[in-house]
Amino acid sequence: MPALPLDAAGKYVAAAYLAFLALLLIYVAIMASKLSRIEREVVELAELVEGQQDDAGHRTRQKERVG
Amino acid sequence: MLTIAFALVFFYAPNDADQGFIFKIFYVHVPMAIVALFGFVAGAVFAALHLRSQDSKWDMRSYVTIHISVILAVGVLVTGSIWARASWGHWWIWDEPMLVSFLIVFLLYATYWPLRFSIEDKEKQSRYASVFAIVAGAFVPLNFAAVRMAESFTHPQTATTTTSAPPSVTLTFLVALAGMTLLFITLCKYEMASKHATFRLRALRRRLAGDEDELALNGRSAAPQL
Repeated sequence: MPALPLDAAGKYVAAAYLAFLALLLIYVAIMASKLSRIEREVVELAELVEGQQDDAGHRTRQKERVG
Repeated sequence: MLTIAFALVFFYAPNDADQGFIFKIFYVHVPMAIVALFGFVAGAVFAALHLRSQDSKWDMRSYVTIHISVILAVGVLVTGSIWARASWGHWWIWDEPMLVSFLIVFLLYATYWPLRFSIEDKEKQSRYASVFAIVAGAFVPLNFAAVRMAESFTHPQTATTTTSAPPSVTLTFLVALAGMTLLFITLCKYEMASKHATFRLRALRRRLAGDEDELALNGRSAAPQL
């Protein structure tokens, strides 16, 4: 098959490079959503730890009052 | 590196005498295919190290390299199909060994996740997945060698193209290959860091919740456990 003229070939070359770019962008978007989920979990865990520390502090104060 | 490579593709590398401007697809399609195939082989090597040492970090490395290689393989199939349409007039040619063999390799690795997911016991899961990765990884070079030996001259061969090509084509190809390799390594590191963070978080959550039942908290997963 003879080589395509530049105007016809250009769209195929652009499509190939855009497909590669799209694949990369989709991957990065998925990873970004995973990262934001991790961030949410870190916040939840931090709140859980703070809650547990508050409970522990409250119990210590109660023991001191009883003692 | 990839930006430099793509700049070289469009501003430095000449158009091919036979294929013309369409040949520019070669610089993204072939490096991606080479890196994906080497990724599959690297996955097999990591799997062998996992079976030898029983260290879960190798299973994780094998899983991540196969994961990224499959993503690149999707890119190879898409760009290859576009190239085929532009130079042969068809999106896909079933009697072309290079295309079909790559599709077989891709479909083979597409079964990796269902295999992992179907095994509940984590130790068995990682062991069976490693065996799969080794067998499939050994199939990749064999398959590639078989295609090379096949008497077909329809598909452009990378080695002959680059050795008989002008230095500007070889240089652009090598820079594109280096860029794609660096992209692959970066994505692997990124994926690995994400998996490590997820598992550390889950472990911490389990410890804080005082829950020992891992499956009840996390559900079933195809990803390896650290």
